[in-house]
Amino acid sequence: MAVLATSLRADRRQRRSAWRRRDAATGLLFVSPAVLGSLAFVIAPLVAVVWYSLHEWNVLAATFTFEGAANYERMLADKALHASLAASGWFSLGLVVLNISLALGLAVLLNQRLPGTTFFRVAFFSPVVVSLVAWTIVWGFLLQVDGGINSALGAVGIDGPNWLRGNVTAMVAVVVVQVFKNVGLNMILFLSALQSVPEEIQEAATLDGAGPWRRFVSITMPMISPTILLVSILTIVGSLETFALIDVLTQGGPGNSTTVLVYYLYRQAFEFNEFGYASAIAVLLFAIVLALTLLQWQTRKRWVFHEV
Amino acid sequence: MKSDQTVAPERPAATPPPPGPAPEPVSSAQAPRRRPRRPGRWVLVAVMAVLSVPFLFPTWWMATSSMKTASEILRVPPTVWPAAPSLEPYVQVFALQPFAQQYWNSLYIAAVVTIGTILVASLAGYAFARIQFPGANLLFILVLVGLLIPTEVTIVPLFRMVNSLGLIDTHWPLVVIPILGAPSVLATFIMRQFFLGLPHELEEAGRMDGLSRWGIFWRIAFPLARPAIAAVAIFTFLKSWNMYLEPIVYLSSRENFTLPQALTQYVDAYGGPIWNVQLAATTLTVIPVLVVFVVAQRHFIQGLAQTGLKG
Repeated sequence: MAVLATSLRADRRQRRSAWRRRDAATGLLFVSPAVLGSLAFVIAPLVAVVWYSLHEWNVLAATFTFEGAANYERMLADKALHASLAASGWFSLGLVVLNISLALGLAVLLNQRLPGTTFFRVAFFSPVVVSLVAWTIVWGFLLQVDGGINSALGAVGIDGPNWLRGNVTAMVAVVVVQVFKNVGLNMILFLSALQSVPEEIQEAATLDGAGPWRRFVSITMPMISPTILLVSILTIVGSLETFALIDVLTQGGPGNSTTVLVYYLYRQAFEFNEFGYASAIAVLLFAIVLALTLLQWQTRKRWVFHEV
Repeated sequence: MKSDQTVAPERPAATPPPPGPAPEPVSSAQAPRRRPRRPGRWVLVAVMAVLSVPFLFPTWWMATSSMKTASEILRVPPTVWPAAPSLEPYVQVFALQPFAQQYWNSLYIAAVVTIGTILVASLAGYAFARIQFPGANLLFILVLVGLLIPTEVTIVPLFRMVNSLGLIDTHWPLVVIPILGAPSVLATFIMRQFFLGLPHELEEAGRMDGLSRWGIFWRIAFPLARPAIAAVAIFTFLKSWNMYLEPIVYLSSRENFTLPQALTQYVDAYGGPIWNVQLAATTLTVIPVLVVFVVAQRHFIQGLAQTGLKG
C-alpha cells in the first residue's frame, strides 16, 4: 500500500516536470512572433537609426560617409530645428493643459445624474471615431478666412483672423482641432476613474461641512491621480507624434510656426532626402520621449495618491 | 501599470442607472446620490449642450456641405442646409480617383492587421501572464520597448528595409509592421493585464481534463478574454484605418493608396481643395465607423474601462 503510494507520487512528480518542460517550450513558442517582431521592427531599426545618425547620408546623391557627431553639431546651429522644438513645446503644453482640464471637466459633468448624459457622452466621444484626416479636412474648411468659424464670429460682430496664416493663431488652431478630436478618449478614462471613487467618503466629507470644490480638490483629485498620471503620459507622448494633423492643416506653416519635431524629421528625410540628419533628429525625438516618460514615472510618488 | 486590474464582470456600467424605478440591483457604491437642486441641474445641461457644439457641428457641416455646389459652399453667411441638395459631388468622388479600390485597400488592410494583432498579442500576452519559461522577464522588457517608440523614430530604417526588400508601393509594410512591430505592443500589454486576472481554477480544471497548454489557451482563456479582445480589436482597427504617415512614405500609385492619403488628393489644378468633392469623400469614410460606434457604443466604453487601461 505504502509502496504503491510512493510510486504513484513519484510518477505524478515525473509527469509534472515533463509538463513543466513542455510548458516552458510552449511559452517561448507563444511569445516568439511578438519577440521576433520586436527584434526586427523595433530594436534593429532603433540601433540602425543611431548608426545612421552618425553618417552624412543623402539618398539622391547616394553618399553614405561616417561623420561622427557632425549631424548633432549641425543640430546645435540649425535655427529651423530650434523653431520646431519650440513649436513642439508649445503644441504639447497647450494640448496637455487644455486636453486634461477639458477632459476632467466633461467627465465631472457627465458623472452627475443629469438628463441626457448618454447623448452627451456619445456627442463628446464621437470625434474620436471620425478619422483624423477627415476631421482635419473639415476644420481646415471651417478655419479658412471666409470659412464657418469667421462667419459665426461675424454674426456677433467680430472680425475673425485668417487663422491658418498667422503664427500664433495657426498654433492655437492646431491645438484646438486636436483637443476636440481626442478629448473624448481621456474623458472616458476619467469618467471610469471617477466612478470608482467610493461614495461613502464623499458623504462623510459632506457631513463634515466640505463644499463641492473642497471635496473635489481634497478627495476626488487624489483618488483619481493615477489616472491623471496615465492620461498625461499618453497625451504628452501622443502629442509628440502628431503628424497627419500638421500635414493636412498647415504643412508646418506659416514659416516654421507649426513645424513640430516629427514634421521637421519627415521633411528632412522625405523632402530633402537627408536621411542621416533625419536620423539624428529621430534620436533626439526618442531621447525626449524617453526622458519625459522616465521623469513622470520618477515623480509619480510625489503626486499620485496610491501607487500605480 | 496596475497589477490588480479590473475585469470583474459585476463592475458597474459606465453610466449610472437611469432615474426612476431602478431595474438592477444597486451596490452601495452606487447608492442614490444627493440630488442637486433643480435649477443647478438645468444650468449644467445647458453648459453641456453648448460644449457639445464644436464636437458635433463639424460632422454635421461635413455631411451637409458635401451635397452643396462649389459656390454655395463658400457663401457668406453659410447655409445650414443645402439649397438644392445634390449627389453630384459623390459621383465626382469616384470619377476623379479609384476611390472604391482605395476604400477596399483601407478596409482589408485594417481587417488583416486587426486579426493578426489579436492573434499575436493574445498569444504573447497569455504566455507572459500565465506560463513560466526561462527569460520571460527579459523578453517582456524587450517587447515593451515598443511602447516608447513613436513610429516616426524608426521610419527611416524601416523605409530602407522595405525598400531593399523591393516592397515599396505594396501593402506588405502596412500589414506586417503593425502586426509584429511597435503598434501591437499596447495590445500585448492589454491582453497580458487581462490574463493576469483570470482565475487559476479554470486552467487547473482544463489541465485535469488532459488539455494541453494550447488547448487551455484556445478553449478556455481566449474565449473568456472577449472584452479585452473587443477593446484591442476596436483600437487596432481605428489605428490602421487612420494610418497616415506610413502610407504616404511607402505608397506611390493612386490605386494602392489608403483612404486618409486619398482624401487629400481631391485638389484642382492649382493645388486648392475641391471642397464639396473632398467633403463628400470624407463623409463616405466616416459612415462605417460611425455606424459601428453608435451600435457598439456601450461595449466600447465598457471595454475601455475594463482592460486595465484605467489607472
